[in-house]
Amino acid sequence: MNKSKKQDLKKEDLPSFEDYRDLPHIPVSIGVKGSMGNTGEWRTFRPVINLSACNKCGFCYIYCPEGTIKFDKETGPMVDYIYCKGCGVCARECPKDAITMRRETEQVCENDEDD
Amino acid sequence: MIMSLKEMLSDDFSEEFLLCGNSACSGCASELALRWALKALGSKTVVVAPASCTNVYIGLWPGAAPTVPFINMAFAAGASAASGIVAGYEALGKTDINVMTWAGDGGTVDIGIQALSGAIERGTNFIYACYDNEIYANTGTQRSGSTPFGAITTTTPYGKPIHKKNISQIIAAHDIPYVGTVNGADPRDVFAIFKKIKDITGPRFVHLLSPCPPGWRFDSSLIAEIGRLAVDCGIWILWEQENGEFHLRGKSRRLLDKSNRKPVDEYIKKQGRFRKMTQEGINKIQQWVDGNWLAIEKTVKGQC
Amino acid sequence: MTDEKQETLIITGNEASAWGARRSKAHVVTAFPITPQTTVMETISEFVDSGKMQCNFVKVESEHSVMAGMVGASMTGARCFTATSGQGLLYMAEMVHWVSGSRLPVVTTIASRGIAPPWNIWVDYSDILSMRDSGWIIQFASTHQEIFDSILMSYKLAEDPRVMLPVFIAYGGFSQSHTSKPVVIPSQKAVDDYLPPVPDDGWPHLVLNPEKPIVHGNLLMPQQEYMEFRYKMHETIHGAKPIIKEVIADFHEKFGRNYHGLIESYRCDDAKYILVTVGALGEQVKDAVDTLRSEGKKVGSIKIRYFRPFPKEDLVEILGSKNLEGIVVVDRSIAYGSPTGGHISSEFSNILSELPSSLTYLPAVWGLGGRDVTVGDQESVFNDLINLHEENEIKETSNSYINGTLWVNLKVR
Repeated sequence: MNKSKKQDLKKEDLPSFEDYRDLPHIPVSIGVKGSMGNTGEWRTFRPVINLSACNKCGFCYIYCPEGTIKFDKETGPMVDYIYCKGCGVCARECPKDAITMRRETEQVCENDEDD
Repeated sequence: MIMSLKEMLSDDFSEEFLLCGNSACSGCASELALRWALKALGSKTVVVAPASCTNVYIGLWPGAAPTVPFINMAFAAGASAASGIVAGYEALGKTDINVMTWAGDGGTVDIGIQALSGAIERGTNFIYACYDNEIYANTGTQRSGSTPFGAITTTTPYGKPIHKKNISQIIAAHDIPYVGTVNGADPRDVFAIFKKIKDITGPRFVHLLSPCPPGWRFDSSLIAEIGRLAVDCGIWILWEQENGEFHLRGKSRRLLDKSNRKPVDEYIKKQGRFRKMTQEGINKIQQWVDGNWLAIEKTVKGQC
Repeated sequence: MTDEKQETLIITGNEASAWGARRSKAHVVTAFPITPQTTVMETISEFVDSGKMQCNFVKVESEHSVMAGMVGASMTGARCFTATSGQGLLYMAEMVHWVSGSRLPVVTTIASRGIAPPWNIWVDYSDILSMRDSGWIIQFASTHQEIFDSILMSYKLAEDPRVMLPVFIAYGGFSQSHTSKPVVIPSQKAVDDYLPPVPDDGWPHLVLNPEKPIVHGNLLMPQQEYMEFRYKMHETIHGAKPIIKEVIADFHEKFGRNYHGLIESYRCDDAKYILVTVGALGEQVKDAVDTLRSEGKKVGSIKIRYFRPFPKEDLVEILGSKNLEGIVVVDRSIAYGSPTGGHISSEFSNILSELPSSLTYLPAVWGLGGRDVTVGDQESVFNDLINLHEENEIKETSNSYINGTLWVNLKVR
């Protein structure tokens, strides 16, 4: 299994067991994203990154406890909203105040207006 | 520190060994610290996690967050199971694998201390990392031997009447190649120390402060800030002892002078767990902190 | 003694255990001193420190760490051995379950002793039988040779991919652990030919290998397969019965010593009365059988070698004989508050349901905490059983018959 593939495994990719005879001797788990599901659903506030204010220091990526912020030196950070739990540490640690925590419902309203 | 920041953003350390979408609480400092500890140690690492929040936050079978070999272990057996793994690898001639126990404070300072002390005394070639959230957080925030004076837990509903155990100094009293304290909510500190100790042979003990939003009652966005305050107030002293040589580290190096330390109430007043603390109690913590620094001063000057 | 040729040594039961670990080439041993096991670890220390045994011997700080060390070491794919007794076994109880729950082929010998308080260090199987539901295969070794041979056989059994379960081998504290008898120690090559090395890439179901990372032991919710995994362990232990017989037959062929099966019966073919027990007394009781036979009493005995898996079918096969009139099952352990007071005699209810209801069934307990059980005592138990069957009561006995259980030499009248 190569590096990127290992990191991209999701829970749906794991084998399921129809019959107990197919079970291994013991339950062992394989590393997957979303072992507890789409944890982005936990969020009350979502981090919204203003890339024009971002200095690409990478702090948000470094401080994200969950590792849901991808960082590219050229294009800057990007949040994986499927799993981001909305803790707000990235917004708090951003030295440029380029991340704001917006209430999820607020985001929906904005999207509606955009439509 | 600047160097470590560059490294942390480099491709060499971009692989995640603790995948997202697990069941850690939002804003978990232990998860943050483990994420960077694993990045520093790399893929050839085996983790033993005695009963603690980590057992739960790695997620549900048949999935799990870690992409390195990772075993859940009985509460008292963090260090002893790791001893067995090290012994097995040695016997089979596999010498290039890091073995790390990742334990909470209860599993370290209380139920796990016997196995830990034994493993260190035997010179076991492993890393023991204690993420200290100062409570039995996994069972719902009961007091541990590491809970600080005055903190409310479900078993000290009016505040704990005694100070926390100084586990790092207990470990330092063993003949151990490396023991150090780390601000667990500062990934740069975590990364730098785990990178440094990776190649030391013998037992290595790392004590990480792990601010816990639900247990300590503060907003999840504040973990790094609470960690910084703990250091700035001199409550969490950054030091290391390498082959018997004691050093203060990082910001703590200039805190021997009391005037450089923030008063402890800046730390205490940010956390709901101290909400029943009286001014008298705060003074008591301040005295305890100052006393700890006097002891540090003696150690530092004694070596000069 | 060299490794090149077979020799017969006069050694203690504990030394036989240490020799078993040495000839099995255990990679890792962890141990903590406890009477009467201690000389096992002392003997292994001598083997290892003198360079005669290549093994990583970790002298840990408690029995809890002993078995935790076994878990960790076995998970790397190493062959693991330890030994303990009484309190030590109780202290490691949590990790005993961790080994079986992880399906690790650890072999452990138990020099059984009475459980404190009050302190008692002499033979009593209450320690090992307190582990009866731990998911380990539990075997009793009744001779010094059997202690040694059983270790070789147990690795073969435990490491069989169809089994992958740990094995306890229990024998009597002091009565076996510290007495000396001749034991045939085969050459290393003969053992190597019998017992293959562990697989290079670890156990088939679990190995800590960074190239193939797995997570072990994380949470299963009630509606997930926790219950199925537990059932599979139960099924595997029962399924081990034919494999145990295969292993014994193979050993017999290679080394010429026959351990018969899960049980060993003695003069049972035409017996009217059979005594069932475990351990060394199961061997000694053959003398009582011979004496009573010479007096014209048709008696026989069964030695239970494997308590887990419980050899129900094998017992029913022999005890279902038309000639049989009475059975006495004798425990050298106490199961407080159980139907009979003994572990094995309590489990017999399941077997009795398959036997004729006319049979007289007598549960008995003897020799707790190392109390002597003489051949005379053994004969008295047979006589009490015959008495009970023929007269429906037990008369003129030195034993106490209380609430349906016979307590041998109990000072209660």
